[in-house]
Amino acid sequence: MANEQQAPAETQKPAEPKPTKPSLPWLSEAIVPLLAILTAVLIGAVIVFISIPSNKLPAFDLSLYGSRSDWFFSTLPERLRVTLSAFTGLFSGAFGDWSKPSTIPGAISNTLVESTPYILAGLAVAVTFKAGLFNVGAEGQLLMGALGSVAVAAFMPQWFGVASLPAIIHLPAALLAGVLAGAMWGIIPGYLRAKTGAHEVITTIMLNYIALQIMDYLINGVMKDKSATLQRTPFIHENAALPRIVSKATDPSLTGGQAYPRLFTTTDSAWDLRIHMGIVIAFLMVGLIWWLMNRTPKGFEIKTVGENPEAARYAGMNITGTVVGAMGISGALAGLAGTSQVIGLEYNLKAVFSSGLGFDSLAIALLAKSNPIAIVPAALFWGALRTGAGAMQINTGISINLINIIQALVIMFIAADQIVRWIYRIKQAEGGKITFNRSWGK
Amino acid sequence: MKFTRARGVGLLGIFIAIVLIFAVNNSLGNKITEKSKIQSIWGFTSTIRIPDSAKMKEDPKAPPVAAIELPTMITISLICGALVLAGGSLIAKNPERGWVAPYMSSVIALGFFSILLWAVANNSVDLSDTLSRVVRLGTPIAIGALAGIVCERSGVVNIGIEGMMLTAACFGYAAAAISARAIYGDALPESAVRGVVWMPLIIGILGAIVTGGMMAALHAWLSIRFKVDQVISGTVINIMAVGITGFTRTNFLLKFESPLRTGLPQMPLGPLADIPLLGPILFDHKPITYLMILMVFGLNFFLFRTVWGLRTRAIGEHPKAADTVGINVNRMRYRNVIIGGMIAGVAGAWFSLEGSFGFDDGMTSGQGFISLAAMIFGKWNPIGAFGGSLLFSSADALQLKVQAYSFDLPSQFMQMLPYVVTLIVLAGVIGRARPPAASGKVYEK
Repeated sequence: MANEQQAPAETQKPAEPKPTKPSLPWLSEAIVPLLAILTAVLIGAVIVFISIPSNKLPAFDLSLYGSRSDWFFSTLPERLRVTLSAFTGLFSGAFGDWSKPSTIPGAISNTLVESTPYILAGLAVAVTFKAGLFNVGAEGQLLMGALGSVAVAAFMPQWFGVASLPAIIHLPAALLAGVLAGAMWGIIPGYLRAKTGAHEVITTIMLNYIALQIMDYLINGVMKDKSATLQRTPFIHENAALPRIVSKATDPSLTGGQAYPRLFTTTDSAWDLRIHMGIVIAFLMVGLIWWLMNRTPKGFEIKTVGENPEAARYAGMNITGTVVGAMGISGALAGLAGTSQVIGLEYNLKAVFSSGLGFDSLAIALLAKSNPIAIVPAALFWGALRTGAGAMQINTGISINLINIIQALVIMFIAADQIVRWIYRIKQAEGGKITFNRSWGK
Repeated sequence: MKFTRARGVGLLGIFIAIVLIFAVNNSLGNKITEKSKIQSIWGFTSTIRIPDSAKMKEDPKAPPVAAIELPTMITISLICGALVLAGGSLIAKNPERGWVAPYMSSVIALGFFSILLWAVANNSVDLSDTLSRVVRLGTPIAIGALAGIVCERSGVVNIGIEGMMLTAACFGYAAAAISARAIYGDALPESAVRGVVWMPLIIGILGAIVTGGMMAALHAWLSIRFKVDQVISGTVINIMAVGITGFTRTNFLLKFESPLRTGLPQMPLGPLADIPLLGPILFDHKPITYLMILMVFGLNFFLFRTVWGLRTRAIGEHPKAADTVGINVNRMRYRNVIIGGMIAGVAGAWFSLEGSFGFDDGMTSGQGFISLAAMIFGKWNPIGAFGGSLLFSSADALQLKVQAYSFDLPSQFMQMLPYVVTLIVLAGVIGRARPPAASGKVYEK
């Protein structure tokens, strides 16, 4: 602990930094995140190794083994096997069992479907990182977006007293409702931050809880599907649904009489996929945010406010407007994540909807160093991890919570990248540190 | 007319008062039925009882010490009228300082009182029980706020209090359960079944304290040694806590058979607990609640009356000056953050050993963040933070209280209350509160 005296190398400013062009710029950027992931997964493997459930191992018996430690060492090969099967389970869950080719499309589609909200929510958090803000409220914004879109997608024709609306009106309206509801949930903490100095971390978390209660209230009350046994909203109208990309025709008896659209219809079970147009929207948003951040004055303002609010104020930028705008964009993206889940995947909103996406998106934004393009691989990795976790649990009985531990470790290693650099002896590159506006007040 | 914080808070108060009076009016109007034999909304009365706890022991039906019958509608109208007038004067006078927080707290407190009266219209409520519940539920929030104060006064922002509490709750319970099994085997001895098994519970509390300290050590290590942004570091702690506790619970705690079935017991302090009203509020609690009261005043003493406190405040306000007079800033910060984590560990023990016995995923439900708000509300002072905690816990207590009555506000809105109040308080107070100057800044020589 007493290493404070040795000031790390990067704190001493080099006399004249020479701009060097690395041969593979993206690799030198990505090496630390990749090693962080590797280290976190290795630690996860050690945790699995130690804590394998007893039903997968020969039971501890005092007459066979001298002591608990003897039992531990004599079951080492067994433990190794289970640990390996945990990770092969993780892989086959995410990318399919490669000995059975028919499982591959389904698994990859599941991974992509899982990654869709991660891309959007990760983008949402990345935008606020750029503005020097820390949005922990993606969860609440996503819930509000889902609520807004389901309200329009399931109930809008009733407001006008018609049976159904054409898709050209209904689908954009549903998307817009979700985006606006999410944006509203982002603007509130943004405004509070800019005007009163209330720290956005606390306010967004409070708003997460409030959004949960609002959802609970609506789904048990006004929006409840009276005919369903589950607590859920009615199915949305087919004209408000995002089309699936390739799947079998829907069975109207399972979806409240709605026949949801798809681009390609198939009869082959292997190609009956859940992947929907939400992923396309997510990729479009990645491009849009990249453009906004790197090619527009607004993006420059956001980045300047994040890097140095005093300089931004001196240059005459509108700090309040920028902070509120960044939080609004962020909320809109997170709301879009919820929207795509509702109108692309689930077609209704259940009382048990999202869990922990807010924290996941933080991890993804940190992994990607808030670079919009890098969000895609980070989110895909995350989606694969989440998709595979289910298969891993079936294989080994290891709880899905292992993934949460791995996730926290990844964030830790990314945030404190010196740990990784120290382990693997990598030199510090220039820049690339995230800075936040600190302190509680203005 | 410039829009300022004071005016904003005044407007908000007026808005809340007007909404409240209309809601009460509406809801009582719906309650007038043939059965209730009440002709108009002015006919409702709410009774507030102060039971005689000493006599209740012998005879549960003992008459209360006092029973105050308040005309519901008139009382609420008076309260709301006063709030509107005070809010109006706030808007007109636009005071520079000093009036915003008191007005806001009175809006919240009187608003809660009105909601209570509204819920028990035509019914009666036990005041001492309600207030004692406020103190009880305020315990984890207040202890968490103390943890936050120790960290922030030394210049380290600690957003990870929630995570520290959660991990401490999990491992405190695990320590109690495992040690009970180690000491007693499969079943408690006959003597222990009726009495309280102190040993495992004390081990549990110690386990929680150690766990909290370890999580805090990680936070300190990341934010001091590696200079990670302290908000990120705290968030890492929070996420890690969710993972570790969930993993531990599903992999070990659910399968673990422990003979221990009860948590910390109620400890009435003899004759003191029989004082009407004051007894139940102050002298009839479980151990950690007493500990909380001691800690609040203890920390107040240590922070403002000892060398340690002076140094702690110095490294949080002006670390360079502290360094100049020979205080080792970073070592002191390490030590204080770990102390803060241990305090948060006590709050965690409250969740799994006192508030309820057992561990559930996410059982801290945002209280760690609410305690940060309480800390800010109390301007980084232990006593003020204690007051803030009582303000927030009264929202919780009210929410639990009105569930027992046929109250026509949906329960979800009542459950939102603590979080909404936190938002309002944060928005209203922060600009007035000045955090320790070096809070959140890495100190480098």
